[in-house]
Amino acid sequence: MFYIHCPYCGEHREEEEFHPKGQAHIARPQEPESCSDEAWGDYLFFRDNPRGIHHELWVHAVGCRKFFNITRHTVSYAILETYKMGEQPTFTAENPEGRPSVAADPASLREGVRA
Amino acid sequence: MSNLAVETVRTFDTRTEANTPVESPLAYSYRRSGAPAPGADSRVVLRERPFMGHLVLRGGAIVLDDAVREVLGVSLPGEPQGLTLDAEGQRSIQWISPDEWLVIVPGGEEFELEKRLRAALGDAHFAISNIGGGQTLIELEGEAAHELLMKSVVYDVHPSHFPVGKGVTTLFAKTSVVLRRPSESRWELIVRRSFADYTYRWLLDAGEEYAIGVER
Repeated sequence: MFYIHCPYCGEHREEEEFHPKGQAHIARPQEPESCSDEAWGDYLFFRDNPRGIHHELWVHAVGCRKFFNITRHTVSYAILETYKMGEQPTFTAENPEGRPSVAADPASLREGVRA
Repeated sequence: MSNLAVETVRTFDTRTEANTPVESPLAYSYRRSGAPAPGADSRVVLRERPFMGHLVLRGGAIVLDDAVREVLGVSLPGEPQGLTLDAEGQRSIQWISPDEWLVIVPGGEEFELEKRLRAALGDAHFAISNIGGGQTLIELEGEAAHELLMKSVVYDVHPSHFPVGKGVTTLFAKTSVVLRRPSESRWELIVRRSFADYTYRWLLDAGEEYAIGVER
């Protein structure tokens, strides 16, 4: 029994309901036509593999079917936090103890829920 | 260019006047696996409610809430895992996702409801899909219903965690299911049509120790 907190459902749900979808916060180059091959290749294929805190994209596949982010520790496997699309993590490599959460921009919060 | 969506979205009634024979998604299961009649010792009873009208509403909660209040007379469950029934208990609307709700109405009402919702929503950004052909509703009733579910779903169905008026999408055995509790003794499972037989046979097997009976 292993529970993950879904920020959209607002409760802990069984891990079987979720799927990992790789690294989070990957920004697409603003102008793909004019960016270098190297920058495009990095964006498409190259992912971080840190020892320690890692931000991942997950989906609540059997449930609300929303994508959200998880901050996970790759050594202990501990899930430090889950947060909605558009929000910023409170636990980062620079702030492993967590920092006070910054109020997210309401416009970017809506990205996760298109309505 | 007003009412663009209403003019461009083609809708049609999936129920025709033609006298086409229809079979519930469980028709095959009844023939193949049988349907044990409920007896005096049955602690749980299974009942299918086929051919209901299932609609998926997608859009912003505030916009949809106004339209749903106007057309259905109930408010949209805005909180996660919410389930609202109308006064008669015949029509329900359930939270599925932050921008998605499932409406279930008695069979035959769904097209009229869809048209009225589209008219009430007008130019708003929304989507309504009729998914009645894709899923069916199975009811479990009886004192052992929640014990039977404990053996089948990964979700915690203890009454303290799953009060009346709650509904979740979760895993049932190897398939997914929308599980909800419209009343104290009754649980509803909304399963995909293609998995109805699997669910039915699982429930018969898991319910054997409670002398499960099937009402038809």
